[in-house]
Amino acid sequence: MLEIKNLHAAVVGGKEILKGVDLTIRDGEIHALMGTNGAGKSTLSKVIVGDPSYEVTEGSITFNGADVLSMKTEERAHAGIFMSFQQPIEIPGVSMTNFMRAAVNARRKALGLESLKSTDFLKLMRDKRKLVDIDNKLVNRSVNEGFSGGEKKRNEIFQMAMLEPSFCILDETDSGLDVDALRVVAEGFNKLRKPETSALVITHYQRLLDYIRPDVVHILLDGRIVKTAGPELALQIEEQGFDWIKDEIK
Amino acid sequence: MISESQYIELYRECRSMIHQHSAPLMNALRDEAMTDFEAQGFPSQKVERYKYTDVAEAFAPNYGVNLNRVNIPADTAEVFKCDVPNLSTNLLFVVNDKPLTSSTRDGIYIGSLCDFAIQQPDVIKKYYAQLASTKADAINALNTALAQDGLLVFIPRNKCMEKTLQVVNLLRSGVDMLVNRRVLIILEEGAEATLLFCDHAMDQVNFLTTQVCEIFCGNNSHLDMYELEETHTSCRRFSNLYIKVGADCTVSHNNITLFNGETRNTTDVLLTGERSEVTLNGCVVADKNQRVDNNTLIDHQVPHCTSNELFKYVVDDSAVGAFAGRILVRPDAQKTASQETNANLCASPTARVYTQPMLEIYADDVKCSHGSTVGVLDASALFYMQQRGIPIDEARMLLKFAFAGQVIDAIRLEPLRDRLHYLIEKRFRGELNKCTGCALCK
Amino acid sequence: MANEFVKKVAEEKYKFGFTTDVHTEIIDKGLNEDVIRLISSKKGEPDWLLDFRLQAFRYWQTQTQPTWGHLRLPDIDYQAISYYADPTKKKGNAQSKEIDPELMKTFDKLGIPLEERLALSGTAVDAVMDSVSVKTTFKEKLSEKGIIFCSISEAVKNHLNSAVFSDGSFVYIPKNTRCPMELSTYFRINARNTGQFERTLIVCDEGSYVSYLEGCTAPMRDENQLHAAIVEIMVMDNAEVKYSTVQNWYPGDAEGKGGVLNLVTKRGLLKGMNSKLSWTQVETGSAITWKYPSCVLQGDNSQAEFYSVAVTNNFQQADTGTKMIHIGKNTRSTIISKGISAGRSENSYRGLVKVGKKADNARNYSSCDSLLLGSRCGAHTFPYMDVQNNTATMEHEATTSKISEDQLLYCNQRGISTEEAVGLIVNGYAKEVLNKLPMEFAVEAQKLLSVSLEGTVG
Repeated sequence: MLEIKNLHAAVVGGKEILKGVDLTIRDGEIHALMGTNGAGKSTLSKVIVGDPSYEVTEGSITFNGADVLSMKTEERAHAGIFMSFQQPIEIPGVSMTNFMRAAVNARRKALGLESLKSTDFLKLMRDKRKLVDIDNKLVNRSVNEGFSGGEKKRNEIFQMAMLEPSFCILDETDSGLDVDALRVVAEGFNKLRKPETSALVITHYQRLLDYIRPDVVHILLDGRIVKTAGPELALQIEEQGFDWIKDEIK
Repeated sequence: MISESQYIELYRECRSMIHQHSAPLMNALRDEAMTDFEAQGFPSQKVERYKYTDVAEAFAPNYGVNLNRVNIPADTAEVFKCDVPNLSTNLLFVVNDKPLTSSTRDGIYIGSLCDFAIQQPDVIKKYYAQLASTKADAINALNTALAQDGLLVFIPRNKCMEKTLQVVNLLRSGVDMLVNRRVLIILEEGAEATLLFCDHAMDQVNFLTTQVCEIFCGNNSHLDMYELEETHTSCRRFSNLYIKVGADCTVSHNNITLFNGETRNTTDVLLTGERSEVTLNGCVVADKNQRVDNNTLIDHQVPHCTSNELFKYVVDDSAVGAFAGRILVRPDAQKTASQETNANLCASPTARVYTQPMLEIYADDVKCSHGSTVGVLDASALFYMQQRGIPIDEARMLLKFAFAGQVIDAIRLEPLRDRLHYLIEKRFRGELNKCTGCALCK
Repeated sequence: MANEFVKKVAEEKYKFGFTTDVHTEIIDKGLNEDVIRLISSKKGEPDWLLDFRLQAFRYWQTQTQPTWGHLRLPDIDYQAISYYADPTKKKGNAQSKEIDPELMKTFDKLGIPLEERLALSGTAVDAVMDSVSVKTTFKEKLSEKGIIFCSISEAVKNHLNSAVFSDGSFVYIPKNTRCPMELSTYFRINARNTGQFERTLIVCDEGSYVSYLEGCTAPMRDENQLHAAIVEIMVMDNAEVKYSTVQNWYPGDAEGKGGVLNLVTKRGLLKGMNSKLSWTQVETGSAITWKYPSCVLQGDNSQAEFYSVAVTNNFQQADTGTKMIHIGKNTRSTIISKGISAGRSENSYRGLVKVGKKADNARNYSSCDSLLLGSRCGAHTFPYMDVQNNTATMEHEATTSKISEDQLLYCNQRGISTEEAVGLIVNGYAKEVLNKLPMEFAVEAQKLLSVSLEGTVG
């Protein structure tokens, strides 16, 4: 379970973006986060995973009871938090194989497990590759280098399959118009999802939510969650925009 | 002139001994070379090509010189571990400046330069000291005056060296030692060779090496050459390499400095025949107080040649990395295509990087570019890796490795490429603190 | 085809090559301490300034001419030059405030009217001929805002202030003042066998802004004239200075005879936090140009820029570039250099980017492009980087190209003559830099580029 209380965060040395966010996501739940540009949606996701360009000035985040804010970025990942990046990073010269081996074994080490033997690791790669239907060619290249937008998304899902997280953040803030990319993420997530897996889906548009059904929808405006309701809220936003909520909270 | 005077006196005192233990062909040039050396002295750092290396300081200590050719044994059985796995090579050991064996097979001579120069002076007369000017460079002058032996690789017309020749340069001495090694590589028209040079130091004394290497690539010849330095922090290397390239050749030279004390590599490539293609790559990993200075010149004298140059440096601790690369396109060398890149990672607050790419162009129908960067590891890539659970140190290591890997990936000799990936990874993990990578310097 | 065009360009006349027939007081040729004392007394300078001049001269005597430039610099006979020429002196002793009408005409001809009513809108001018400032316009209007814009000789006397500097401009912008007009100095060498040694000092105090322009021309003379100037700029906290140069000294004739030797030192100190300094230069004239406008980025968050277009034709030689010395934290510098070589000229970019130990997060981007018009010219790039800080990010790139036959054919097919096409392409190539110039200058510079290259390509 992820619990966020009164979270305030700012760009390091810059202005405050999150101004007191409260959010609880129980195991197995899917929450959607919607809001206008610059409301702080991506900031929230980056603060949860520990992007060093943001600093938390107040409040707390716990994950399954552990204090997330005192953990390093990689320790949060070991605890089971995974973020599918809106724009996955290209890392020239680092092969997907070496990258995944480092990630899988670091996680195993944190869990007190032995490193995988090379043959076992390669078998795991092969199995997961089939599961998410990713081209072998992509796996043999440098991380995300020269991948198309859709291929990058597929690669995020492949990594999700390899790392088996219990809480996923799907940051799709601005990719709302790229339907293919959305479908890749949504279908991939649905396939990998276990009953206890929870997720925070960040989007501008209802469209993504056609593929991933949220249990709860939150509206984030100016650094605060101003409205929380069921899936019907997303449809309402799609039809009417955000202005009526702004009026409502005035 | 303190640094210089000890060498001038040494030559005066030992002139006859030096001559006695070398070939007449080599002896013939010594007096003039010494005069040139006296006239120039060591280049100061005001001399453009030696801006980043204090030569006089390196030559100031009192080193021993094995002028009387005392035999220095080397246990090659122990040394053999240095071999690159899965690479089938002809192995040749050179102890200081002396090749342990010489052989002629199928007209291809590999072995002592001095011996060959005594037996067949006419064959190499037109090559020896033709590129390394004693007037233009004091280290050439000093080496020409003092070097008594070295390596000759002679490949006659249309012959192809089937196996890679691995030359293991072993520095061996009980006392601080100056080694003056000469290398002459001749590929006659249509010849082909792959050469791998590995430099190792077997004793923990101070070594100062001057190596003057002249390479002649006849028309339509193909050379693939690798130099790997893996010595220790008390080793200083001054290498001057000259490659004269004829028409329709492909020449690639890779200079990898993995472990050293102070290194200065001068590499001059003279393109004298049309339609040739030259690649000059280098990779430097330096930390502690190591210094590496690569100074290159690619001289396009004729039209229709292509040159590519890529040097990558990872400089940590208090190390100093310097790169200066000059591309010269002479008048009428039209249709030249040349690209030069130098990229540096400056990994510590006390490390220092100098980079100086240069284009000097006198022809208009050319495609030339250069680029250089000094930078830090990509923060967004580090964050991405951390989000996948990779610890920050490991993530840094992977990125450094990827950075240097670009040069290694370009190596055509696959087993060597794998070996270097392994060695460089060990180096970045701090597991290669001295020349342990080849089991030599335990 | 290309070669014919090159020939045509090379034959283009230098249109500012006329001389002004005006009585000029010229001191005897030669350089010694007496000459320096004479210049100083003519200017009525205080003793400390004379001492400064003499000290500089004694130091200069101990130095030799540097050789590292990619230039064939003739040995300059410093004794064959007169170090002071005053075109404002009347015959006899009659002192008058009136400016000789010939001088006014000269500047009119150069397109720099000295009467304020005729002036380019929004530009104040300090006109310097040979060794003397002839007139400074809009002085009073500027002084209302506390801005001091005057000849440097006057500044020395009235407000505060190298061995033989003769005149130049002094600018002081007080705190939090945005200078309402472009300030400009127009330099003109007229007298024979003289050198011009002007000195410019600009101090931009906290929170202020000034844009300063400098233009130069000289008559056609067979012998070389020497121009050795110093510009110093000091930028305080949150202040910004833009310094633009359009240098069009006489470049010598098509055979390489005559022309100005333009050896200039330009330095800027970004002393204050968040200070900004931008050098923009369009160098089309001079037989030899040897200058490196540099910036010392001392204040934290300071930003420096260097934008340059250097055109060389016939036998001209240019070795120019910049130095960016990063000392403060979070400092940024940008270098954009465009070299265009034609005829038998040599055009070099030379630059140093240095990052000191304490200059955390320094950033530099350098881009140096060369365009070769013709096969007998040279284009060279010599960047130096020296980095002592591991948080620095430096990027340098350089390319060399020529105008392709395809581009010309394409233009020709659309009805554009080859000559015009080259002008278009070169201007497009230099656009990034020209855009940095104040409007009036940009138009002038564009024309200048086309003229300098007329007859170049084919």
